[in-house]
Amino acid sequence: MARSKRTAEPINAGSMADIAFLLLIFFLVTTTMDVDSGLLRKLPPPLDPEAPKPPPIKERNVFTVLVNRNDQLLVEGEIGSLKTLRAKAKEFVLNPYNKANLSAKKDPAIIELIGTYAVSKGVVSLQNDRGTSYDMYISVQNELVAAYREIRDDLAMQTFGKKYKLLNKVRAKAVRKAIPMMISEAEPRNISS
Amino acid sequence: MSKFRKKDKGGTPEISTASLPDIVFMLLFFFMVTTVMREVSLKVVVQQPFATEVKKLEKKSLVSYIYIGPPIKGLVSTYGTEPRIQLNDAFATVADLGEFIIAEREARSEKEVPFMTTSLKIDKTVKMGIVTDVKQELRELNALKVNYSTKKGTDITTE
Repeated sequence: MARSKRTAEPINAGSMADIAFLLLIFFLVTTTMDVDSGLLRKLPPPLDPEAPKPPPIKERNVFTVLVNRNDQLLVEGEIGSLKTLRAKAKEFVLNPYNKANLSAKKDPAIIELIGTYAVSKGVVSLQNDRGTSYDMYISVQNELVAAYREIRDDLAMQTFGKKYKLLNKVRAKAVRKAIPMMISEAEPRNISS
Repeated sequence: MSKFRKKDKGGTPEISTASLPDIVFMLLFFFMVTTVMREVSLKVVVQQPFATEVKKLEKKSLVSYIYIGPPIKGLVSTYGTEPRIQLNDAFATVADLGEFIIAEREARSEKEVPFMTTSLKIDKTVKMGIVTDVKQELRELNALKVNYSTKKGTDITTE
C-alpha cells in the first residue's frame, strides 16, 4: 500500500550561512577600497629645439614660486610660507586694485554666458630643487590649485550662484575660459639653497 | 485557577536564523561588487601625501601606475633604502619608462591613447630629483596627463 501522504524531507539549509560566510570573508580580505584620487595636472609638451622661442613674458605677469632643498619657499622674491601662498596667488591673478607689480589683464572680451570679462595674463611659475621633498611639492601645488579653484568659485558664485564644481559642462567651460589655470613648471634646474 | 496557568515554558522563544543567509548574502554581494583585485604586489613603500584639491580618477582602465618610494622592509637588505621606481611588478629605472608607456599604449585602442593618464604614486619622503627625471621622461614620451596620487585631507605636519 502506498502511503497516503508523502512527506518530502526538508533540506537542511543551516550550512548555507556558513558557505556564504566563507565567501564573504574571502571577498572582505581581497577587497581594496582605495579610490585613486589625486591632483590632476598636465605636463607641458616637450620642447622643440627648432621651434622659435616664445616671446618672453613680462616680469609683472609671472608669479614665481621657488622651493629650495630645505623645503623653504621664495614667493616673488620674498620668503613666504604655505599659509600665505594661496592668498598671494589669488591676489596676483585677480589683481583687484590694478597694481602695477601684479598681473596685467587682457582687453575685456565677451565670454559666452559670463559677459565682458578681462582675462588675467598672469602665469604662476613653480620651480623646485632636486632636493625638495615630494610632500612639500604637493603641498605647494595644492595651494596653487586651491587658489585657482577659489577664484573660479567666486566667479561662478557671482554669475551663476553656484560653486564651480556644481556647474554644468557649458557653464564650467565658460568659467574655465575666463580663468584659465596657468601653472607652469619651469624646466628643472638646481636652485642653490 | 487553571485559566491563568503559567505557560509551561517561560524562556524566551528561539530567534529564527532562517534569514541569516540572506543577510550574509547581501553583504557578500556588496563586497563582490566593490572588490578590486590588487594587480601588483608593491615592492616599494608608498605613503601618499595629503592634499585638499583632489579629484577622483575616472576610467581606471586608462590609467597606468608608476610607484616611487623606498623598498619595502624585506627588500632593504638587497636594495638599500634609496627610493626606487616600480613599474608593474619589478624595479625599474627611468630608462625603462619608455618601454613601459609604449606597452601600456599598445594594450589600449588607438582612440583611447590621448585620454590615458599616468598616476604617480609617490612616497612623501621622496626627493623631487627622481620625480623630476620621471616627469621629464614622460614629457619626452608625450604622456602628458599625470595624476599626483594623494590622499584627501590636510596633514598636520605641514606648518
